[in-house]
Amino acid sequence: MINFNYKKAANVKDAVALVSKDNSSMFIAGGTNLVDLMKRGISSPQNLIGIDQLPLNNIERTASGNIRIGAMALNSDVAENELIRSQLPLLSMALNAGASPQIRNMATTGGNMMQRTRCSYFYDISMPCNKRNPGSGCAAMNGYNRMHAIFGASDNCIAVHPSDMCVALVALDASVHITGNKKDRNVAFKDFHRLPGNTAQKDNVLENGELITAVEIPVNRFNKHYHYSKVRDRSSFAFALVSVAAALDMDGNNIKNARLAMGGVAHKPWRLFAAEEFLKGKKADEANFKQAAAIAMKDAKSYGHNEFKLRMAPQAIVNTLNIAANKS
Amino acid sequence: MSRDITKSEAQNAGVEHPRRKFLKQSTALAAITLLPQTLVKAADKDLDQFAGKLEQAPLQVEINGKQYDLSVEPRTTVLDLLREDLHLTGTKKGCDWGQCGACTIHINGKRVLACMSLAIMQQGKKITTIEGLSTGDQLHPMQQAFVQHDGFQCGYCTPGQIMSAVACIREGHANSKDEIREYMSGNICRCGAYNNITDAIDEVKKGGKSL
Repeated sequence: MINFNYKKAANVKDAVALVSKDNSSMFIAGGTNLVDLMKRGISSPQNLIGIDQLPLNNIERTASGNIRIGAMALNSDVAENELIRSQLPLLSMALNAGASPQIRNMATTGGNMMQRTRCSYFYDISMPCNKRNPGSGCAAMNGYNRMHAIFGASDNCIAVHPSDMCVALVALDASVHITGNKKDRNVAFKDFHRLPGNTAQKDNVLENGELITAVEIPVNRFNKHYHYSKVRDRSSFAFALVSVAAALDMDGNNIKNARLAMGGVAHKPWRLFAAEEFLKGKKADEANFKQAAAIAMKDAKSYGHNEFKLRMAPQAIVNTLNIAANKS
Repeated sequence: MSRDITKSEAQNAGVEHPRRKFLKQSTALAAITLLPQTLVKAADKDLDQFAGKLEQAPLQVEINGKQYDLSVEPRTTVLDLLREDLHLTGTKKGCDWGQCGACTIHINGKRVLACMSLAIMQQGKKITTIEGLSTGDQLHPMQQAFVQHDGFQCGYCTPGQIMSAVACIREGHANSKDEIREYMSGNICRCGAYNNITDAIDEVKKGGKSL
C-alpha cells in the first residue's frame, strides 16, 4: 500500500472542507472496500480523512414519520435495530444477506453505497478496465463475465454494483442526504448510482468532497409481505449472481402496490418499475408473477458466460414474489 | 579574557552555530530531492495538520488489557501492527483482504477483521486478540470446546474461528446449528472442520456460560 497522510475530521464541515480541497483526498469510514483497493493499487489517495467517529450514526423517526439512518450507522447495527426490523424488515433482511458478520460490524451505510464493483478485471491492474483506467477498454466484455450485468450496460463497462443493502433501499424509495462545500442536496436513491455509459469511472453522482450524511426512507406499508432472495455460488458470504427484493402491499389476495428491485444484474441497484406497475391491482398468483418477471426481463442482454442469468433472474423474481405474498 | 569566554559560551548556547545549521539544511534538501515527487508535493501543504507520510503518528490503544503508547505509519493495518510490531502472532494473516476471517479480533467488543482495519484509526480503542481471551493458564470455554470437538486440523484459521465464535454467542446468533453456520460464514476453514466447529459452538452456547 502506498503511504498516505491521515487526519481525523473534527466535524462534518471540516471533513467536507478537507476533501474538497483536492482530488487526491478521500473519506474513510469502515474501510472494508477502500483498504483493499489501496492494497491492490487501484486507489491511491494522498490524504485520508477519517469520518467513522462523526456523530452520523443515529437511526430515528423524523417529524414526518420517515425513518432516517445516519451514514455512519454500521450495517450490523441497522440490520439488528428494532425500528428497522419492525418497519423496514426488507432492509434488515438484505443487510444480513451481505458480506460476513465481521464486515457488517465495520461497514457503514454510506460506505456500503460507495463500495466499488467486484469485477475481477477492475481488480486486476494488469488488465484493461474503463472504470479503473478510463479509455483502456473493457476486458470483461469478451472475458470471463459470468458475474456481469444483463441490464443497462454499455460497450464501455459491464460491471455490476455489488451491494445488497442498496437493492432494498432503492425498492423502498429511499433518498440520500448529501452535504457539500457549497450546498446540501437530496438525491432519490434510484438516481444516486448511475449507468456506465461512456464514463464507467463514475459509479454515482457524488462530486469530489460531497459527503453522504444519511438515507431517509418514507413511511410505507411494505413490512408484512416482503422477501430478499440472493442466489450465489455458496449459501453465505458471496456476492450475488442475482438477487431480488420484493415487497407487496396486499389487500386479501390482491396487490395494492408492489416494489421490485434486483441486485447483481446492473451497474446500479436495478428497480423494476414496469413489473411493479403491472402487478398493481392484480391477484397475487403464479401467472401474474410470471408475467411480471417477463416484463422485468424485457431489455435483458447477456454477454456470454452470464447467459444463465437470463433464465435465473425471472425464476428468482417469481420465487421471491411467491414467498413475499405468502408471508403471514 | 574571562569576558571573551563568557561571550562565546553565550553564542553557543543561544544561537545555533552557522556550520551546524548549514549541515542540517543541506541534508534535508538532499533528502527531499531524492523523494518521489508526490511525497514532496504532499509535504509542502498542510503537513502540520496531518499524520504525515514522512513520519510516524502517535497511537494510544489498549490491547488485551494492556495500554500501549505506539508510533505507527498511517498505512499500517491492525493485523501488521499486532504481528510484526508487537509480536502477537496468534492473530493470523490468511488472505489479507477480508475474505477468510483468519484475522478476526474484537475491537471495542465487536468482531472485526484486523487486515482491513487501519491501526491509526483505533486511537483510544480496546482490542482483544486470541492471546487475551483466556485468563492465565486456564483455557477459555470456547478454546476448550474446540479441543474437545476437534474443531480444526491444521489450526491456521482457529484463532479467527474462536474469536468469531465467542462474538457469535455474545451477539445472540448461535440459537441453532443453521444460525451458527450462517453467522460463522465469515470464517473459512480449508481443512473443512466445519461440522466440528459448529458442534463446539453449539455446546458452549448450550452450556449457558457467560462469555
